[in-house]
Amino acid sequence: MKRFIGFITKEFYHIFRDTRSLFILFGMPIAQVMLFGFAITNEINNVNIAIFDKSKDATTQEIINKITASKYFSNKQFITNGAEIESVFKKGDIKAVLVFEKDFSEKLIKENKATVQIITDATDPNTANTVNNYVSSILQKYQQETNKNIKPVYQITPESRMVYNPELKSVFMFVPGVMTIILMLVSAMMTSISITREKELGTMEILLVSPIKPFQVIIGKVVPYIFLSIINAVVIVLLSIFIFKMPVQGSLILLGVQSVLFIINALSLGILISTISDTQQTAMMISLMGLMLPVILLSGFIFPISSMPVPLQIISHVIPAKWFIIILKGIMLKGVGITILWKETLILVAMTVFFIVLSIKKYKIRLE
Amino acid sequence: MSITIKHISKSFKDVIALKDISFNVNEGELFGLIGPDGAGKTTLFRILTTLLIADEGTATVANYDVVKNYKDIRNHVGYMPGRFSLYQDLTVEENLTFFATIFGTTIEENYDLIKDIYVQIEPFKNRRAGDLSGGMKQKLALSCALIHKPKVLFLDEPTTGVDPVSRKEFWEMLKRLQQKGITILVSTPYMDEAALCDRIALIQNGKILQIDTPEEIVKHYPKAIYDVAASNMYELIISLNEYQYNHSVYPFGEFVHYTDKRDDFNPEGLLKYLEGKGLKNIVIQPTKTTIEDTFMELAK
Amino acid sequence: MKEKNVIQVKNLTKKFGDFTAVDNITFEVKQGEIFGFLGANGAGKTTAMKMLIGISKPTSGEANVADFDVYTNPEDIKKNIGYMSQKFALYDDLTVKENITFFGGIYGLSKSIIKQKSEALINELGLQEVANELVGSLPLGWKQKIAFSVALLHNPKVVFLDEPTGGVDPITRRQFWEMIYKNAHNGTTIFVTTHYMDEAEYCDRVSIMVDGKIEALDTPKNLKKQFNVENMNDVFLKLARG
Repeated sequence: MKRFIGFITKEFYHIFRDTRSLFILFGMPIAQVMLFGFAITNEINNVNIAIFDKSKDATTQEIINKITASKYFSNKQFITNGAEIESVFKKGDIKAVLVFEKDFSEKLIKENKATVQIITDATDPNTANTVNNYVSSILQKYQQETNKNIKPVYQITPESRMVYNPELKSVFMFVPGVMTIILMLVSAMMTSISITREKELGTMEILLVSPIKPFQVIIGKVVPYIFLSIINAVVIVLLSIFIFKMPVQGSLILLGVQSVLFIINALSLGILISTISDTQQTAMMISLMGLMLPVILLSGFIFPISSMPVPLQIISHVIPAKWFIIILKGIMLKGVGITILWKETLILVAMTVFFIVLSIKKYKIRLE
Repeated sequence: MSITIKHISKSFKDVIALKDISFNVNEGELFGLIGPDGAGKTTLFRILTTLLIADEGTATVANYDVVKNYKDIRNHVGYMPGRFSLYQDLTVEENLTFFATIFGTTIEENYDLIKDIYVQIEPFKNRRAGDLSGGMKQKLALSCALIHKPKVLFLDEPTTGVDPVSRKEFWEMLKRLQQKGITILVSTPYMDEAALCDRIALIQNGKILQIDTPEEIVKHYPKAIYDVAASNMYELIISLNEYQYNHSVYPFGEFVHYTDKRDDFNPEGLLKYLEGKGLKNIVIQPTKTTIEDTFMELAK
Repeated sequence: MKEKNVIQVKNLTKKFGDFTAVDNITFEVKQGEIFGFLGANGAGKTTAMKMLIGISKPTSGEANVADFDVYTNPEDIKKNIGYMSQKFALYDDLTVKENITFFGGIYGLSKSIIKQKSEALINELGLQEVANELVGSLPLGWKQKIAFSVALLHNPKVVFLDEPTGGVDPITRRQFWEMIYKNAHNGTTIFVTTHYMDEAEYCDRVSIMVDGKIEALDTPKNLKKQFNVENMNDVFLKLARG
């Protein structure tokens, strides 16, 4: 036991004396969360629009006021001529043009129906979609307010509501994903580098010719990073809650337990990588290329898995990150508990055990 | 018998690192493995410390088989690999404490064993190992290898790249350790260090050239060696190389070690030849054979 | 003609903060001389050499190498010297020919000259069979010999050798020194550091640095007389141990 503690002490010395890895360990996660949270956003704010009001009556004026008053849109110009629409888009500044048809108020009163054409620049489909939705919801609200005193007319209009994330706040989408990626990268990369560093420097030779057992070395390398990754996870969650106002609907304890499970999973993956790498560079490359890319692309972090071709969907099943993101979103956004998430949890546990067993088997007790 | 090696062979891809190596090291002996880079010294050390498995042959260390009982060997030997293999970012004291703990002991327990060595680096005990000079690093590495009082000590080129003063001090430490009953197997490319061992094995290209005490090895050198000097070393070497009766011509410091093909060699003939070549201040005198002479003769 | 000074050093000093690595050293090296630059690890040898080959600026003092000032013309110095060290000499993952071509190019030699020198080098060292092998697969002794020849490709006035024979077998070491003798005989100045004290004996003159200062500078013969010992190893021990 003393042997083990001596080993862990040494690992902590290494970590805290290497300023570069400290930076990666703590600086990177914070930087990434801030970056994803603030800079990359699916929300829209101050989107430039143009308005083509063919009626110019009281109703259209009211609607236009409502639209421009919202923080989402900024009315840059009024168009007076249909031909201008295309040129305005080509310039690139305007993302949407709203066209109110002629005799808007009259049509609304007489026929109970008037159309507003929303033409969006779909070169960025995400933004186009969101613009569409926002305008529609503003129009809905207006209709509800003004039709209060009028006899209800049965209009079956599709109502779209974004559940759990009504404003489509991208932060809610990104935080679980970013947290997963950071925990995975930092844990896996750091452990794999730590072990291969010993191989590269030659200290592994001395460790081998000593009474310390392989599993003690492996666990001794993993334990410090468990502590540090937990700190990372806590920091990310705190940042999300306080700066980005992300809710945590479900149990914080369950969140903590699941995070530790995922951290151990990522750490054991790091150990596995170190058994097949001889140099730190190789370990780092495998961690980045072999882990980060598949995780970003196939975990459901940015691109929905259901829209991928079937072979890729199957592959995504073996990516631990995918299951953890489901768990995170479940706990943070939906507030569900272990009764719903047991399947994903079990899968993560099974994967972790598999990695650990494989690592112990592949750990070389000799130099060849 | 502290170390037994029987017909060990080892190859890597197409390179034969060791070919049919056999010898023994007695308990308490200071045994030198002498040979240049690429001779196979490190490979042999790795096989004996259980880090590699030989292709053929068997070996035991402290009566434990290197393959079957590798765990026992790993608990009982001290090992200093070729490069400096301690933790550069830990201090002297932290390194020592770490290795003591790994071996289940403390610095205090075996302090008397390392005291002579450690007092020299103790003033620097809070300095990071990476910031020590070459000689200090070797002393620290030696201390760490001894901290658990091993029965057998393996030192792979411990003095390579270290200046002559530190080298001398290191070997003095080894002699003192030997008196405490530890078997020491050292490898080195420095032939002058060979003379300090009880017995030596000369190794080149994976083969053992000869094994014996330094004195005996030198005695068996077949020819008489002469120191030859002249005012211009370069011209002297060329002239000697052109001399039809030469057997070997090797510069050795300010002299050239010359051996002749003939058994009835008379220096007078050589003197005349060299004078004929225009060399001045010629000196030809018999000289003592060194291990290096023997090595080169065997390696030819 | 042979008395010309190829290296001139006067009161050369290098400080790192309060630590003085090289302390006011003065010496000259004549053309065609084999000059041994000795000292313990940490004595300041490497630092001094770095200043002479133009990769480190002195704190004070003067130094001229191959008629160029180390302060104002370090780039000219680099073009006119050869350098070889134990730690790095050639690229292991290039072949012998590729290494020669590469370094020839670095020294600014024309393609035809590189070709000519390449053939000459390969023939002289007997490397015909391995000319297209990766250098990494060759024994250490061969690497060192090739590296030495490469350092001389552009016929420099001075060649700096930093522990060139470390770990090499005794026979190859001597072959290496025969190459050194030959080049010195042809007028190249050799500036060499080594830990093999017997190699110190091969030098025309030797300087020994202790704690940043030059404590001895003379021919090996005179130094042995001065310290009343039989070989350079003992000279060194006496000096360093005081």
